[in-house]
Amino acid sequence: MNKIVSYVRSLFLFELLKGLGLTGRYMFTRPFTLEYPEEKAPVSPRFRGLHAQRRYPNGEERCIACKLCEAVCPALAITIEAAPREDGERRTTRYDIDLFKCIFCGFCEESCPVDAIVETRVYEYHFEERGEQIMTKDKLLAMGEKYEEQLAADRAAQAAVR
Amino acid sequence: MITIEVDGQSLEARPGQMLIEITDAAGITVPRFCYHKHLSVAANCRMCLVEVEKAPKPLPACATPVMDGMKVFTRSPLARAAQKGTMEFLLINHPLDCPICDQGGECELQDVAMGYGGDVSQFSERKRVVRDEDIGPLIATDMTRCIHCTRCVRFGGEVAGLRELGATGRGEHMRIGVFIEHSIGSELSGNVIDLCPVGALTSKPFRFSARAWELTQHDGVALHDGVGSNVHLHVRRNKLMRVAPRENEALNQTWLSDRDRFSYKGLESNDRLTRPMLRENGKLRAAGWDEALQGAAAILKDTQSGHLGALVSPNATLEEMYLTGKLVRALGSDNIDHRLRQCDFRDDAADPQLPWLGQRFEDIEDNDATLLVGSWLRKDQPLLNHRVRQSVLNGGAVLAINPVAYDFNYELDVDIVCRPSEMVQELAGIASALGASTAGVEVSEDEAHRTAAELLKQAQRGGIILGTAAMMHPDFALLRRLAANIAQAAGISWGTVGFGANDTGAWLAGAVPHRRAGGSAAQGANARSMKNGSCDTLMLLGCEPEGDLADPLNGAQALGGARVIAMSAFMSPLLEELADVLLPMGLFGETSGTVVNLQGDVQHFAGAVSPPGEARPAWKILRVLGNLVDAEGFEQNSSAEVRDELLALCGEIQPDNTLGSAEAVQQAYQPEGLQRVGGVPMYSVDALTRRSAPLQATPDAWDGHLRMNAETAAGLSVEDGSTVCLSQGDGRVELPVRIDDCVADQCVWLPAGVAESVPLGCSFAEVSVEKV
Repeated sequence: MNKIVSYVRSLFLFELLKGLGLTGRYMFTRPFTLEYPEEKAPVSPRFRGLHAQRRYPNGEERCIACKLCEAVCPALAITIEAAPREDGERRTTRYDIDLFKCIFCGFCEESCPVDAIVETRVYEYHFEERGEQIMTKDKLLAMGEKYEEQLAADRAAQAAVR
Repeated sequence: MITIEVDGQSLEARPGQMLIEITDAAGITVPRFCYHKHLSVAANCRMCLVEVEKAPKPLPACATPVMDGMKVFTRSPLARAAQKGTMEFLLINHPLDCPICDQGGECELQDVAMGYGGDVSQFSERKRVVRDEDIGPLIATDMTRCIHCTRCVRFGGEVAGLRELGATGRGEHMRIGVFIEHSIGSELSGNVIDLCPVGALTSKPFRFSARAWELTQHDGVALHDGVGSNVHLHVRRNKLMRVAPRENEALNQTWLSDRDRFSYKGLESNDRLTRPMLRENGKLRAAGWDEALQGAAAILKDTQSGHLGALVSPNATLEEMYLTGKLVRALGSDNIDHRLRQCDFRDDAADPQLPWLGQRFEDIEDNDATLLVGSWLRKDQPLLNHRVRQSVLNGGAVLAINPVAYDFNYELDVDIVCRPSEMVQELAGIASALGASTAGVEVSEDEAHRTAAELLKQAQRGGIILGTAAMMHPDFALLRRLAANIAQAAGISWGTVGFGANDTGAWLAGAVPHRRAGGSAAQGANARSMKNGSCDTLMLLGCEPEGDLADPLNGAQALGGARVIAMSAFMSPLLEELADVLLPMGLFGETSGTVVNLQGDVQHFAGAVSPPGEARPAWKILRVLGNLVDAEGFEQNSSAEVRDELLALCGEIQPDNTLGSAEAVQQAYQPEGLQRVGGVPMYSVDALTRRSAPLQATPDAWDGHLRMNAETAAGLSVEDGSTVCLSQGDGRVELPVRIDDCVADQCVWLPAGVAESVPLGCSFAEVSVEKV
């Protein structure tokens, strides 16, 4: 019996018509493809893109050099050196993230007790020279300044689940 | 012995022991904050509460004496509830600022809270805040974090002998502080950093620089005094980050002196030598190792036999000393000495086989009488002084003959403060009162001598310690002979405490002109005659001519008249001016080696970090130099091989202070006028310590003043703060005066090893002072 059904199906090109039917159906739906870079996909507030370091509204940098991110980083991408600042506060003198090593797991962000190291929504970046892959403290703080509004909004949106 | 049961485990105990001692020995963990095995029991943190059968309430394990048949439960529901409750109370006023706290990651409170505490606190009120006091350059304070365990307070009273930290107020208002804000003056102050279970007292030089989990721990031995304290070296990314004590009951117990703890900061000094240097057309230039070593070898080969000398730092390792000696002797000379600060070598023939302290460190605690001659033991050898202090607490007496009324942290039973030239008479006075030979010194006995003699005679166990001021004394030979006579007459021991970590080892390694490695006799020039210019070529090993020589003035002249091959970790002005070849060497923590401490313990240690730049361990440099001058026996592949070779040579040499017979020496030092008092300040003993910025910022660092008492000052018509010109022989130096009534009459106190005394000669000498 099965043999006969299969014979009839293949004789009338049933599988082909089924496939064509699917193609035909999608011809009349809205396309998913985006015209990147003109168009961009929506990004979640939890997106883990390029890193940034934030400051408090009064301009004070948040990072207190507790080194938890360095300890938790599974790729050993973070290197921190710390010393007392002139006013005696605990601050980093060096904060490097090696983007070649980083796997964007977000553990650093999660471990940070003061929300200093965060991951922005930025996923478009490139390096032209050796050494550019190191996100230094200055670069991180500059990122933070540039995206602070977005970062603060994302954190606020996620406050209940963070 | 009685038997108790802890958590179902049957344990043996001595009556009177505290419960926590038994559980600690058996490896049963009981949480605690205030208990420390070397401090008295306070029982004020209440963390060690355990359940004891038939006791109505949980009892503190640290303050509960064991009783026969006692049944203890450390993890029963009652004990756990008590511990959890205590933990919650302790955290009421403890800030939860672990991320910015330096103790984070190695904090007893963190650990115990994780293990025994609850998850949520019921306390939601405001926490108290305590103002921080600045207590000096070594200890950082965050007193808000203090949990009032009072370990630091008890340490001050019981071990350091200075009650500097104390508690004021009660309950919520209790504060630990220094009463009146000032720098802590104890030479053991760094230990409160280890004692503090929280982050209230932390290391200032280390502050914020690393986390415990980033550090790797290496075993090491401290290289600044004769105790040979065992240390842990904490290293991160090939950099020595800090030094902490490693427990050794026979040597340093759980303590460490500040000098051993903070000297590592000197390794970062800007004048560290990182490349070999050669002098060319009168100027030093950087060179490669090949070139520099060839240069050094050419100088060595070019030196006539008998005219090569070596001045070796007493902090050098056994291997470095041995290879230096071997090299010098392979080239036909016997001129090597580590006694750089000694001035009197007349009695060399009588030198004992292997000079040492004369007593085991632990035995000092049972001394009935200890006589200090020319010794500020408290600053020179802080942990030996701790043992002497224990002997005082055990009822022993301490007597002293010093040129300065040095500040000790115990009462002296006989305190003779005299001019340096009179030290011999005073010591001879005690000898005469004991009926011992006075070595030909004319004596007038007085009451103090008779009291001292009586105390020494009655002592079941006792010791005489000749300190640095005695060893730098121009009549050291006489002082030593008298000490030996007194020791023999009173039936006590005597010994010397020198300047470095390897004073005893140097005698094994043959770093003396009259004794080769293994003890066979030789005939070479001693440090004094080398400094007087008896050699054409001088090798310096870790020796800085400015600070390490008894007589920097003569030393500089001798170096100027000779070709100089210097193995040094640091550049110094004199080396820059006078060295022909500079070979950069590794220092404390950067090299492997062996040292022998004052009680004869041979301790080997490995390097923890690599030396900076192109610097190399000195034993490797010496080994290659040996090959380059075609000397035999320089094929070792590790420092352990060098050590084994030497120790095989030494065989069964035991520490022994018996003086040989030698021609009697006469008292040579009898100046008429004003006398200079020398010695070496505790933070100027070696090149590394002199460069440690935190130590130099303490009150114990020399302040650059000339000290004299009010009467002497009045006689010279100078006053506190006025500038004077001090002349000693050809040397002259201008410096301000400080009135200090500790100094003996008609004396001025200006030690060696400090910048001010570089242009001068021997530190005990006749001087004149003029007002500028």
